[in-house]
Amino acid sequence: AGDGSGPGGSAAGDGGPPAPERVLFPPTFSVSEIKNKQRRHFMFLRWKQQQRKEKLAARRKRRKEREALGDKAPPKAIPKTIENQRVYDETTVDPNDEEVAFDEATDEFAPYFNRQTVPKILITTSDRPRGRTVRFCEQLATVIPNSHVYYRRGLALKRIIPQCIARDFTDLIVINEDRKIPNGLVLSHLPDGPTAHFRMSSVRLRKEIKRKGKEPTEHVPEVILNNFTTRLGHSIGRMFASLFPHDPQFIGRQVATFHNQRDYIFFRFHRYIFKSEKKVGIQELGPRFTLKLRSLQKGTFDSKFGEYEWIHKRREMDTSRRKFHL
Amino acid sequence: SSQVVWDTLGNRQFCSYKITTKTQNFCRNEYNITGLCNRSSCPLANSQYATVREEKGRCYLYMKTIERAPFPRRLWERVLLSKNYEKALEEIDENLIYWPRFIRHKCKQRFTKITQYLIRIRKLTLKRQRKLVPLRRKIERREKRREEKALIAAQLDNAIEKELLERLKQDTYGDIYNFPIHAFDKALQQQEAESESESDAEQEEDDEDVDNREFVEADDSDLSDFEDMDKLETSSEEEQEEEEEVEKKSVSKSKGKTPLKGPARRKRPYIEIEYEEETEPATKTKAA
Repeated sequence: AGDGSGPGGSAAGDGGPPAPERVLFPPTFSVSEIKNKQRRHFMFLRWKQQQRKEKLAARRKRRKEREALGDKAPPKAIPKTIENQRVYDETTVDPNDEEVAFDEATDEFAPYFNRQTVPKILITTSDRPRGRTVRFCEQLATVIPNSHVYYRRGLALKRIIPQCIARDFTDLIVINEDRKIPNGLVLSHLPDGPTAHFRMSSVRLRKEIKRKGKEPTEHVPEVILNNFTTRLGHSIGRMFASLFPHDPQFIGRQVATFHNQRDYIFFRFHRYIFKSEKKVGIQELGPRFTLKLRSLQKGTFDSKFGEYEWIHKRREMDTSRRKFHL
Repeated sequence: SSQVVWDTLGNRQFCSYKITTKTQNFCRNEYNITGLCNRSSCPLANSQYATVREEKGRCYLYMKTIERAPFPRRLWERVLLSKNYEKALEEIDENLIYWPRFIRHKCKQRFTKITQYLIRIRKLTLKRQRKLVPLRRKIERREKRREEKALIAAQLDNAIEKELLERLKQDTYGDIYNFPIHAFDKALQQQEAESESESDAEQEEDDEDVDNREFVEADDSDLSDFEDMDKLETSSEEEQEEEEEVEKKSVSKSKGKTPLKGPARRKRPYIEIEYEEETEPATKTKAA
């Protein structure tokens, strides 16, 4: 047997293997080769303990060395995070990229960014919304200035869209509901703009947020877009920015944040106050939710004949833990 | 012999097509015309029987006669009914001429019902249909977990605060917020870039700011700070006391819905109790 030590296979009531002083395994031994489960488990625990001991010893040694060196010690190693280790995405936008700047000057959001159009938003739901969704729509309407909520009543989206365009709406938001909770969001820029379909999760209404402030006022909030690095992220960021009027009213001191982290977009709505030069206090009001992009379509909402710019393909895109697309 | 069949299957022994409920008996036989288990609607217990069934949108009339009873394969005769509703009813009548009234009537009723639901199917397929997408448990769990981890990694509050401070530094807010230290920094930059004469003027400002700074730092965490600081810069010490009190009321009115936090409010009365002028700095530092 490849055991290499005495006490293998001890009784079940052991409560953990005894810490070995120094255990030598023959070099070609691997714990997984033992057929007996109890013994294998025991050996594995022992191996784990040994690893931990070694690691602790190494850490102590390193710390002693650092103290001994004092000032001349090498700088601490930066811990690896997923953001550090992120697979480099070739479509990352460089701030000075001319091509991207040119693209953005001519894409569908250009009239908004040139201040030619004022955003006007229509918020609606899927058929027969339940109470939670309705309340969420109302709260969202208070957050986004110049927005209107209309009930669906079984109308087809394809027929709503030309009507909206005729009435000068710039954006359409459809909140999809399933089992009484909102779980999807379709954001469509109207005069022939891109349509983004998101999965929405962890929706918190205003009353569920702890330590919240009073109702948001009618002032136009500021917008913060964090971490939209790739080309795709950039276009999504612009989509969000085009929901809010271009000139925020700083008197209102309200800010809407879209923060992208590992492909999840967190939306928060805060009121801030500058306590001093270096300190700011924020207070959360308004609903919060997270979005995950599922697909981006070039034209307005069309499920059959639409031209998809980007779809989330689970088998290809979810394989690596360090690869993100936004 | 149909009577014998009924005596056996219908009431006494087991019939595999029969389903009993509290109030009624149903018959699962596919040729049954009414769907109930009765003496007159049992296809096994009647030697002369007819039904209407539909297949792929077309309706057929099925008939069973006693002559064909020994030939099970040829037992049920099938007649295709026309798509036209009235014509089909006439065809039923034609085929079931001289048959018992009950069967004729029930056949036509069943045919009517079938055409109605076929029409509804056709109408519904034209409307939008809800597509049901199955959830995959493993994926849902994975997404939820990743979202939680992403939330922790995001450190949203810090990120937002940092961004806001950045914007303050970049001067996007213009002149709304007036922090002396900020102004001091700006003044410093100007000083470095420009000539000496201006720097003299600014040195005076520096002195004032230095004095003012003492007050400011004492109440560093006080919310009322930045409002006070405006006044501190511009006015002299004598007027401060009155101005603070007046300003408090005016501030609370002008800012309308400012959500001042609790602890900040508590600290304000402290300032009100303070004495004037010379002892002011001392008491302020004590209070803080």
